[in-house]
Amino acid sequence: MNGVHDMGGMHGMGPIVLEENEPVFHAEWERRIFALSRAMGFQDRWNIDMARYARERIPPHIYMASSYYERFLLSLETLLVEGEYFTQEEIDERVAKLAKEEA
Amino acid sequence: MSEKTHDGHTELTDNELRVRALESLLTERGLVDADALNELIDTYETKIGPRNGFKVVARAWTDPEFKKRLLEDGNAALAEMGYEGRQGETMVVLENTPKIHNMVVCTLCSCYPWPVLGLPPAWYKSFPYRSRAVIDPRGVLKEFGVEIGDDVDIRVWDSTSETRFIVLPERPAGTEDMTEEELVEIVNRNSLIGTALVEAPSAIGDQS
Repeated sequence: MNGVHDMGGMHGMGPIVLEENEPVFHAEWERRIFALSRAMGFQDRWNIDMARYARERIPPHIYMASSYYERFLLSLETLLVEGEYFTQEEIDERVAKLAKEEA
Repeated sequence: MSEKTHDGHTELTDNELRVRALESLLTERGLVDADALNELIDTYETKIGPRNGFKVVARAWTDPEFKKRLLEDGNAALAEMGYEGRQGETMVVLENTPKIHNMVVCTLCSCYPWPVLGLPPAWYKSFPYRSRAVIDPRGVLKEFGVEIGDDVDIRVWDSTSETRFIVLPERPAGTEDMTEEELVEIVNRNSLIGTALVEAPSAIGDQS
């Protein structure tokens, strides 16, 4: 699928940013979404091509504005909904419930 | 990351909330559990990292038969050292020579040889590296402080989910008397991606 993810040869992305002594993860939620994605991968409800396809369907304006692990999060939500584990409404309701508890 | 508001209350970001929501839903269904998740995280934070790759390079430099096997069938040779698993389905090892410099990218996303290098650094997954490595490799290498002579061919390899590459860097001059164990200590992660060279210990000292 041709899309914004197919970046080889694009111009205008700016300089490469190097980080000294970079940690493996930069935030706790990055650890969690990485592990959740790996763990659910082992369920074999989807394969690596389906996971890639989920990532490649992130709308271009969102793809360009998101971080690497934000794209993990967006694709896992897609895969969970399409894999019929949860509906998008169930996920959104849980987010709203947690937000309310935290407020 | 949590941000403290002016009254000292910790506010969760959208990302934290959404990830927490997914974890709680999946935990309730019994599809994941915290111990298994923590173990996965620990594996990639402390157990699988570039040091695996350093050992592969040092062995290839000191054991010609291993190097031959490594270049012919990367997976089989790496499995001898116990390095196999997810995100290492087909591993191809690319040898740097005085005439050829190899460098690896994943223009589509972030495919990377996890079993030997762990998870990729942020720059490898970044838009600038993904877009530019294939059209201006010499310019990209300059940003890493690496100058490659005009008489050296640069070959850029674009990874896929099926095939991942590692570079076998050149053994630097002046390391002829070093043992395999000593050589492990001078290899660096970026040299296995092709965005750095390996320097002899005296040269490393000169730079600091």
